Amino acid sequence: MKASRFIVVVGCGRLGSQLANQLSREGHAVVVIDPNEATFNDLSPDFSGFRVPGDASQMAVLKAAKLQRADILIATTHEDNVNLMVAQVARKIFQVPRVMARVFDPKRETVYCRLGIRTICPTSVAAEMFLHAITEDTDPPGGPAA
Amino acid sequence: MKIIIVGGGKPLYFLCRNFTAQGHEVAIINRSPSECTQLSRQLSALVVCGDGSDARILKDVGAMGAGVVLAITPNDQDNLVICQLASLQFGVPRTIALANDPDNAAVFEQLGVTAFSTTHVVSSLIEQRASLEQITNLLPVGEGQVNVTEILLDPGSPVIGKRLMDLHLPTNALVAVVIRHNRPIVPRGPDDLQPGDRLVLITLPENHGPVLKVFTGEKP
Repeated sequence: MKASRFIVVVGCGRLGSQLANQLSREGHAVVVIDPNEATFNDLSPDFSGFRVPGDASQMAVLKAAKLQRADILIATTHEDNVNLMVAQVARKIFQVPRVMARVFDPKRETVYCRLGIRTICPTSVAAEMFLHAITEDTDPPGGPAA
Repeated sequence: MKIIIVGGGKPLYFLCRNFTAQGHEVAIINRSPSECTQLSRQLSALVVCGDGSDARILKDVGAMGAGVVLAITPNDQDNLVICQLASLQFGVPRTIALANDPDNAAVFEQLGVTAFSTTHVVSSLIEQRASLEQITNLLPVGEGQVNVTEILLDPGSPVIGKRLMDLHLPTNALVAVVIRHNRPIVPRGPDDLQPGDRLVLITLPENHGPVLKVFTGEKP
């Protein structure tokens, strides 16, 4: 069994709640932050982590989530700038060893790579998968499936 | 010098007016089309409607040749990203972000972005100035490490009739000048204080409050 990690997930939307549920199920200690408490309803009944209501761009909220003890931070809010700010604060101020941010605008990825933030761009990922699927479809029937 | 301001509202309007009056070239980025229309009518500045944290918009307003980028939107995360984009991608030499949450001012500085908090600025001004009516002038010198304060002694002051040498002033404080009947005197220990005297005090930020209380009698 993998070692249990302390993981902070910022944003409890579709992506955030799915990650939090899955990570909690795998036995990790998970903290979810979202300003809208209603979003915590999307967490599954067996989610065993903590819910912190609040705006993650405020230091007090990050402290309440015990970010200084986190092994991993994942920023998944629907606002690129919130994700980028939270990721940098986690990396540089709270010294979180692994920090990842979702960024919608592919142009911003390059700048933030330079700042040492690992970004995942859903647009680029989806585009790649579509392109991959297209080349697969043009393969003769019965060809390799991923 | 070319100055780019991202934001809106009255602060942006008056800042822009000041900068253009000083002869600077100003460009504005604002998200709201209606506010942009209004700003372009009122100000002689380039106004671009859009997201200031979008590299394309920054390019459109000419961030490449700008001397200063000032990000004063109501969202701290936007202000941070605007400043980082401007300096990293466009090489703008000086970027300044507004920290709406006063805690973020220190955070931004740690992330390498110059920041200011209006809450800090206004509250320290109020602390030093508005709470005491007798203070007629205040001037921070030496990068804010020393305050030069002018106060008016009213007849109710507890130091009236006392000699300077008998005052219990905190250390690192000085009555530098007494202006009596429009005549400045550099006072010495045996000189006394009279109602209507205007004093010029030298204090440090840490003893500023206690020193003022000696003269105004306000309880700490």
